Amino acid sequence: MPAAPAIKVERLVKIYKKMPAVDGISFSIAPGSITGLLGGNGAGKTTTIAMLMGLLMPTSGRVTVLGAEMPRQRYRVLQRMNFESPYVDMPMRLTIRQNLTVFAMLYGVPDIRGRIAELAETLDLTDLLDRPTGKLSAGQKTRVALAKSLINAPELLLLDEPTASLDPDTADWVRGWLERYCRERGATVLLASHNMTEVERLCARVIIMKQGRIEDDDTPGRLLARYGRRTLEEVFLDVARRRDDAREAAQ
Amino acid sequence: MSARAENAIAFSPQRVAAMVLRYWYLLRSSWPRLLDLIYWPLVQMITWGFIQVYVMQNAGFFARAGGTLIGALLLWDILFRGQLGFSIAFLEEMWSRNIGNLMMSPLRPLEFVVALMVMSIVRLAVGAIPVSLLAIAFFGFNLYGLGLALVAFFFNLMLTSWAVGIFVSGLVLRNGLGAENFAWSIMFVFMPLACVYYPVTTLPAWLQPAAWILPPTYVFEGMRELLISHAFRADLMVEALGLNAVLFAIGVVGFLTLLKSARRHGSLMQTGE
Repeated sequence: MPAAPAIKVERLVKIYKKMPAVDGISFSIAPGSITGLLGGNGAGKTTTIAMLMGLLMPTSGRVTVLGAEMPRQRYRVLQRMNFESPYVDMPMRLTIRQNLTVFAMLYGVPDIRGRIAELAETLDLTDLLDRPTGKLSAGQKTRVALAKSLINAPELLLLDEPTASLDPDTADWVRGWLERYCRERGATVLLASHNMTEVERLCARVIIMKQGRIEDDDTPGRLLARYGRRTLEEVFLDVARRRDDAREAAQ
Repeated sequence: MSARAENAIAFSPQRVAAMVLRYWYLLRSSWPRLLDLIYWPLVQMITWGFIQVYVMQNAGFFARAGGTLIGALLLWDILFRGQLGFSIAFLEEMWSRNIGNLMMSPLRPLEFVVALMVMSIVRLAVGAIPVSLLAIAFFGFNLYGLGLALVAFFFNLMLTSWAVGIFVSGLVLRNGLGAENFAWSIMFVFMPLACVYYPVTTLPAWLQPAAWILPPTYVFEGMRELLISHAFRADLMVEALGLNAVLFAIGVVGFLTLLKSARRHGSLMQTGE
């Protein structure tokens, strides 16, 4: 019997003031996989992730995460998942150690000191642990945000542009680290990103959104073959411009 | 078991402690925040203390009686600072853009509220205890001389401040930091009607029923009774407690309704203005 999906989305709709931000999307994500969620600005990626996390109530449709219906049953599974997003920060005056301690307590982590030491070692934060979070560089802050998102060793990780505003070297390091974590932990990752290189490298499957709908959904290899392109960036541009071209042709 | 029942029973003291620890870390890392806790209570106490001295030298018996002005001021500060302590701890999450992290964590709304209540007491204690001791030194007014009555006054005032603080937090969650001003100003709506510095009978007859709807009115009347007639009016405290129970329930229901509305409208993702 195949394993139950880590995420199952059925006919999901979110409407803001009569404007659909997410317009009837459905997809499932297998446990232990890394899936990319692509789309331009306003495509509905962040809204979709917010509904997966239970931060936002759908207008209609159904979201099931790790077997729990969101947002109604979110407290059954919040301890087993985590997220990282550029839209949130951690308290700037608190040191990294203090911030991680607070989140470890919130997530019920058993050996808090040990877990913080382990994450600090892995994410190269040991020397910075007693520095206020607000005094870190952008790259260091991203590593701290990653440490927070991994504090409970989540089975499901939702990442919204995890390498945004990072220099190429740090971004590459983060990608390598994420790959390792997922392999070793068997974690499921949903990754929203504008960075096609990142998606191509990390994701076994790519869901492309546009104007609140799913425009395409396949493995990177099959997408490249279908669109006759060499990079996902070219595929992305094809998808982004397809409807505009069709509209112009019709006119 | 329904999801609602599950949420209600799954209260974790550790998660409350995590949030209290978070605010404690913040408080002790920032001397301006600590200074702010004591600055205004001290300035007000000194100002009203001298007004009290002036009144005692020049006015009649009732106005002079037993430090009613400075007593009222100290009790008002419990009410005002209690609410402000609650609301500011909440606003710290909005200012630091941390609310999304918390809402996505296993922290339940009730645990969050309890942590904010604990912090409002801590913040109040940092400001009010030194100021009340200075009131003894400067003006000979001993708030602790009120004895057990002080416990009843304190408990009732804190309940009111929490009820208002919870509701204001809901407003900010739903409407973003544009609603922040409510946190600073809402308690002043209570000031004229709760008869902080004068008896209820000072108000026009048609306005007095409105005053008696507010729990703090009973506390301030009770304080004047104690200082002027040396009688503790337990009946007033019981009535205040009853009204506070209603006000607290309204605050909690209002907060949960506004939180649900914030989830529907996406306000938890956009915590700016």
